[in-house]
Amino acid sequence: MTTIEPVPYVTEQRSRRSYKDRLGTLLPKIVLAPSFAITLVFVYGFILWTVYLSFTRSRILPIYELVGFDAYYNLWSQPSWYMAIKNLAIFGVLYISFCIVIGLTIAILMDQRIRAEGVLRPIFLYPMALSFVVTGTAWKWFLNPGLGLEKTMHNLGWESFKFDWLINTDMAIYTIVIAGVWQASGFIMAMFLAGLRGIDGEIIKAAQIDGAPTFAIYRRIIIPMLRPVFLSAIIVLAHMAIKSYDLVIALTGGGPGNATELPSTFMYSYTFTRSQMAVGSASAVMMLMGITAIIVPYLYSELREKRS
Amino acid sequence: MSFLEIKNLSKKIGNNEVLKNINIELEKGGFLVLVGPSGCGKSTLLNAVAGLMPLTSGEIIVDGQVINDLHPSKRDIAMVFQSYALYPNMTVEENIGFALEMRGVEKAERAEAIRNVAKVLQIEHLLDRRPSQLSGGQRQRVAMGRALVRQPRVFLFDEPLSNLDAKLRVEMRAEIKSLHHNTDATIIYVTHDQIEAMTLATKIVVLKEGAIQQVGTPAEIYNRPANLFVADFMGSPAMNMLKGKIVSTSGVRQISIFDGSAVVAIPSSVTTDLVEGREVILGLRPEGITDSGLVDPTADAIARIDADVVLVEPTGSDTFVTARLQGTTFTARVRADVTIAPKERFTFVFNLDKAVVFDPTSGERLL
Amino acid sequence: MSAPSDTVSAGSARTTRLVIYTLLLVLAAIYLLPLYVMLTTSFKSLAEIRGGDMLALPRDPSLDSWFKAWGEACIGVTCEGIKGYFWNSIKMVVPAVLISTVLGALNGYVLTKWRFPGHKLVFGLMLFACFIPFQAVLIPMARVLGIFGMANTTSGLVFVHVVYGLGFTTLFFRNYYEAFPDELIKAAMMDGAGFFKIFWRILLPSSGPIIVVTVIYQFTNIWNDFLFGVSFSSGAESPMTVALNNLVSSSTGVKEYNVDMAAAVFAALPTLFVYIVAGRYFVRGLMAGAVKG
Repeated sequence: MTTIEPVPYVTEQRSRRSYKDRLGTLLPKIVLAPSFAITLVFVYGFILWTVYLSFTRSRILPIYELVGFDAYYNLWSQPSWYMAIKNLAIFGVLYISFCIVIGLTIAILMDQRIRAEGVLRPIFLYPMALSFVVTGTAWKWFLNPGLGLEKTMHNLGWESFKFDWLINTDMAIYTIVIAGVWQASGFIMAMFLAGLRGIDGEIIKAAQIDGAPTFAIYRRIIIPMLRPVFLSAIIVLAHMAIKSYDLVIALTGGGPGNATELPSTFMYSYTFTRSQMAVGSASAVMMLMGITAIIVPYLYSELREKRS
Repeated sequence: MSFLEIKNLSKKIGNNEVLKNINIELEKGGFLVLVGPSGCGKSTLLNAVAGLMPLTSGEIIVDGQVINDLHPSKRDIAMVFQSYALYPNMTVEENIGFALEMRGVEKAERAEAIRNVAKVLQIEHLLDRRPSQLSGGQRQRVAMGRALVRQPRVFLFDEPLSNLDAKLRVEMRAEIKSLHHNTDATIIYVTHDQIEAMTLATKIVVLKEGAIQQVGTPAEIYNRPANLFVADFMGSPAMNMLKGKIVSTSGVRQISIFDGSAVVAIPSSVTTDLVEGREVILGLRPEGITDSGLVDPTADAIARIDADVVLVEPTGSDTFVTARLQGTTFTARVRADVTIAPKERFTFVFNLDKAVVFDPTSGERLL
Repeated sequence: MSAPSDTVSAGSARTTRLVIYTLLLVLAAIYLLPLYVMLTTSFKSLAEIRGGDMLALPRDPSLDSWFKAWGEACIGVTCEGIKGYFWNSIKMVVPAVLISTVLGALNGYVLTKWRFPGHKLVFGLMLFACFIPFQAVLIPMARVLGIFGMANTTSGLVFVHVVYGLGFTTLFFRNYYEAFPDELIKAAMMDGAGFFKIFWRILLPSSGPIIVVTVIYQFTNIWNDFLFGVSFSSGAESPMTVALNNLVSSSTGVKEYNVDMAAAVFAALPTLFVYIVAGRYFVRGLMAGAVKG
C-alpha cells in the first residue's frame, strides 16, 4: 500500500522548531521562487503588457492610453492579415497532414524488422536538428528556379519541366509546406515508431491467430491503438505551424509580395518595421489565443492522466 | 513505563481521516507488528513515527521524549523500506555508512562500524558492489545493515519482505527474528502478511480503515479475536463463521447450527448470559474441526456432525476439507492419511473448546 | 511490438521485403538530398554552379567558399565572414544552456520531492510558458532589455533564452525525478541529509541521462533560434542564424551560392555534430518536449 502523499517535509508541525528547521522548510520554496517569479513577470506579465498595448494606438513607441478595440478593427481590416490567416490555414492543414501521413508510413515501414534501422532512422530525423534558417537556405537553393531542381530536370532531358513555385505568388506557400514537412516528418516518424514499439506484441499475435492479414491488423488494431500518438503529433505540429517564423523568413521572406505572409511574420513586420505596435500586439494576442485553444486542453488532459 | 508510546494519534488527508485516535504502547525490546489489509493506514502510521509525515493531532513518545516535532534524522529511529531504498549511485559500504557520514562520524570509526554490521549480516564480501549488482536477498540485508549501523532507539520495517520470493521470505523472516533476539532492538514492523505477524511479533496491532481493531500477543489475536474482522483476517484458511441460534434443551442452553441440524454446547469462553432465541455467530478455526482420529483427548466439549464433502485439498502435512451441511459450507483440517473424497458423507468432530462466539450485529466477540 | 510477420508464401514475402527496402532507400535519399546539395554546392566554384548540374559531384572540389564564408563574406556593411557571429552564438549558448539546466534541475527537484500546496499550479504555469508564441512577449521584452541596457548584447540574449527555456528544463527534470523513488529521499532524510545534500549526493549522481537530454535540447534550441536573435540584436552582435539569413538574403552584389551554402553548413555543424554524437538523447528530448514523456 502506497499512499502517494506530498512527500517529506515538516510544514504542518507546530511549535518548538529551531531556526534551522524553519529555514529547512522554506528552502525548497526559496530555491523555486526565482524561476517562478521570472515566469510570472516575463511570461504572464509580458503577455498582459502585450494585451494592454493592443488596446492602445501605439505606433513606433508604446502609448499607454487605452482606446478600446481600434487595433483589432484595424487588424481585421488588413488584407495582409487575411492573407496570413489563409496561408496559415493552408500551411497548417497540409503540414500536419503530410507530416502525419509520411511519418506514419515511414514508421510502419521501419517497423518491419528492418536490418538497417540504425542507419535509416538518423537519416529521417537529422533535419530536426537543423535550424529553420539553414533549412530555408538549403531549400531556397534546391528550389531555385534558375539553377536548382528545374535545371537538373532540364539536364536530365525533361526540357519542359518548370518549377518556379518560389517566385510564383500562388504556389510559394507550398514550398514552405515542402520544407516544413521535410524537417518535421522524421520527428513524427520517431513518435509513431515509439508508439508502435509500445504496443503489446501479444495483441498482434492474438490477431494473427484470429487469422487477420497484415494489412487488416494495421488498419483495425494497430493504427486505432496509436490514437494518443496522433493526438500528440497533431498538437505538436499545430503548435509548430502557428509559431513558424524562421522558415518563412529564410525561404521566401514572406514574399513574393505577401504571398507567404503568416501571422508570425505579420506580427514582426507590423511591430518592428511598419511601426504599428498596437496592430502588431493585437496580432500577437490572436496568435496566443490560437495556441492557448490548442495547448491548454491538451496539457490539462495530460496532467490529469498522469495524476490518476 | 513503556519505551514507545503513541497517544491519541490522528491523521487527516483532506477530509479523509486515515488514522483515527491511535493509542499504542510498546516495551523496550518489543517487536510490534502492525497488520491489516492495504489501505488500513499501517504504512501511514509507520511514516508518522518516522517523521516523514506530519500528524494532525496526538503525540509520539520515545523513552520519555516527545518526538513529534523532531526532524526524521533527529529522532534516532532507523527504517527499512519496502523497496529497500538503497542509493543506486553508492556502493554497499557507502550506503551503510551514509547516515554516519551525515552525522560527521570519523572515517576510521565509520569503517569499523560498517565492518561490524557487515559481519553480523554476512555481507562483508559485498561491500564494494553497487545495489544493482545485488540479489533481492542481498539488498534486503544491506537495507537492514543501513538501519543497524546507526544503533537507533527504534527500528521501523515497512513490509520489508514483500519483494522477495516465497522461499527467501521465510529465510529472511527467521533472520529478522534471530536478529531481534540477539540485539534486543525495539521494532515496529508493518506487514499485510498475517503469518509474518504471527511468527515475528511480541505484540500485534490489527488495523482496519485507520482504526485499531485489536492489540494483543499473537496467541491472543489468533485464539481470542476481538471481532469478526480480526477473526477473518488472521489465519489461513480463514475461521469458519457459522450462523447459530441459542436453544434450550431440557433446561440447558446450547447453540443450534446448520439451520437446526446440529446442536452444540456453548463454548466455555463465553460467560455472557445468552438468552434463548438469540442469534449468534459461532467461530471455529479449521483446526477445530477434524476427523475423529485427531480429536484432542483433553477437550471438554466436542460434537460429531456428519456433512457432505465438497472439496479435498491435501497440503502434504494435513488435508483441508471443504464440506457442506444445510447450504452452509465450512473448512476442516484432517489428518493427511485419512481417506476422504468429494461427494462422500463424513463425520467431522467439532472441538468447542476452540470456538468463539460473536454478536452478528456488532461483530464483537461475546465474552 | 514486433511487426506482424506475414504468413504468406516465401516468394511473395521476399517481394514484400524488396518493396519495403526500396521504398525506405528512396525515402532516405530524398531526405538526404538537400544536405547533399548543400555540401556539394559549397565545394563548387561559382562557374561550375552556373553551368553545371546541382546534383553532380564537384568537378574540382575546393574549400575556397568555406574560407570565404568563415572570414571574408560580407554581411551588412562588414566583410569579415561569419566567424564573429559563430562566436557570438557560442558565447550566448554556453551560459544560457548551463544556467537554464541548473535551474531546471533544482525546480524539478522541488516540484517532485518537496511538494507544497499549489505545486501543481506552479508547474502548470511554468509548463504553459513553454508553448506560448513568443510574439506575445516580444515587444515588452524589447522595451525591458532597452531599459536595462541589455538590448543588442550577448548577455541580453542569454537572459532571454534562460527565461524562455526554464519551462522546458523544468519539465524535463520534473518528469525524470517524478519516477525517482520517494523512498530514497525518505531514507536519506532519516539518514540526516538535508535539502542540498540529498540533491547533490542522491539525485544528481543518477541524473546523467536527463542532464544530457536537457543540455542537448537547450543547445539545439538556443543555437537554432532566430526570432529572439533578430528581435533583440543587430549588426556585429547578432547570433549565427541571423547572420546567415542576412548573408543569404542580401541583394547586393553577385549571389555566391557556394559561399551561402558553406555558411549554412557552418551554422548547421554544431547541432548536426551533437545529433550525430548523441542522437538517442536528442530524440528523447524532442519527445519529452512533446510532453508525452
